[in-house]
Amino acid sequence: MNAMIIDAKDNVAVAIEPIAAGDAVTYLLQGKPVSLTAAEDITIYHKLATRDIQAGEPVVKYGEHIGAATAFIPAGAHVHVHNVESVKEDRRSKE
Amino acid sequence: MTFYGYRRPDGRVGVRNRVLILPASVCASDTTRIIAQQVEGSVTFNNQQGCSQVGPDQQLTMDVMAGYAANPNIYGTVVVSLGCENCQMDLVTAAIRERTNKPLEQVIIQEAGGTLKAVEKAVRYAKQMVAEASLLQKEEFPISELIVGTECGGSDPTSGLAANPAIGAMSDLLVAAGGTSILSETSEFIGAEHILARRAANQEVHDRIYEITSRFEKHFHGVGEDVRAGNPSPGNKAGGITTLEEKSLGCIHKGGHSPVNAVYDYGKQVESKQGLVIMDTPGNDPASVAAMVAGGAQVVVFSSGRGSPVGSPIVPVVKITGNKLTFATMEDNIDFCAAPLIYGEKTVEELGSDLLDMVVETACGKQTKAEALGFVETAIARVCNYV
Repeated sequence: MNAMIIDAKDNVAVAIEPIAAGDAVTYLLQGKPVSLTAAEDITIYHKLATRDIQAGEPVVKYGEHIGAATAFIPAGAHVHVHNVESVKEDRRSKE
Repeated sequence: MTFYGYRRPDGRVGVRNRVLILPASVCASDTTRIIAQQVEGSVTFNNQQGCSQVGPDQQLTMDVMAGYAANPNIYGTVVVSLGCENCQMDLVTAAIRERTNKPLEQVIIQEAGGTLKAVEKAVRYAKQMVAEASLLQKEEFPISELIVGTECGGSDPTSGLAANPAIGAMSDLLVAAGGTSILSETSEFIGAEHILARRAANQEVHDRIYEITSRFEKHFHGVGEDVRAGNPSPGNKAGGITTLEEKSLGCIHKGGHSPVNAVYDYGKQVESKQGLVIMDTPGNDPASVAAMVAGGAQVVVFSSGRGSPVGSPIVPVVKITGNKLTFATMEDNIDFCAAPLIYGEKTVEELGSDLLDMVVETACGKQTKAEALGFVETAIARVCNYV
């Protein structure tokens, strides 16, 4: 196991070990191991997409929106400030 | 569970027994440094404010000064002012007296006849107070008397994955035992305020959670800025935190899962046995810690993924990281490692229980690493606030 996801709704996983491009990324989803291939190097504790994320689509971690993709992010790619921006949302409607 | 602490005449219970040399303004701060250096058992800090402030800004400074003096870890206080500052001696001593009846002395530098005479007078007051304080014997108290402030700083993704959930589990155990836990850092509720609001004990608390977060954002808009321009910090981003919302969703784990019973303004007095409460503080760590200490927290638990040295002149600050690399490189600064949660070696309940044990040991007198290094950083929020 070299990655983890926090909530089943998340579309990003967190690398819990350093991951190199081409490495298998494995994390537990509801107790079962899931694997994909890292599209690039992922620094330890940084995020990678667990599936393709379209430009404009919310990026989900902790089961909540942490921002929106500013470009298409393929599965296995690094998700960070270069392809995500903060979006102010009306939180009351999400209670 | 119980701890051994010091009973104060105002009914509160302290876990340290220090004498505070309180600078009423920046112009008295080097003088208090000289005084505190002469008296073992006394503490001081660098107060960068106390003069040339508008009313609401000065009030924040006054609340921290009064709260520091009233904090139960303090036996008594010697206030030192220059004499001409806005935070006049009579205002400062009145604010302290509103909160506590503990020993209080005052020295005004311009009236004493300059630095050397003021230092001599204050040193004599402080030596007498330390001698009286040393006679006090510890007594056993239930942990319901504890008020624990929770803070995160130099965060990285491990803060939200491990260190803050461990603090949250500790907080839930403390609350279940009848104690008080303070969740702080309003700027780091932004993006997660709905989760806290869901746990509000009543409608007033619910509405206040939205009010303090939206006021924080609006405040920066008022000066043409976005809070997101300074938060997350470069170090947060290098560690892997992308947006303020992501940082907030990790930050609020420090509050565990208990209901939120109250929202306190910056530096206001928090009584014991309140359960989980929020204090409206900025994300700047020394300014947030100062407010909770002014509120009466006897211990602060502080998570840091990147590794922070910040301490307090008044309270022990217990440092915790969820980052195994940071614990290896900065063990001299960090007391507790929560990384086993990420790697499945310990459950969050086990870590919360271990952390509560460390908090109780610390309350009983065990020195934290920040205390051993003598760290006393203090910042005080301004009306044009930190992010």
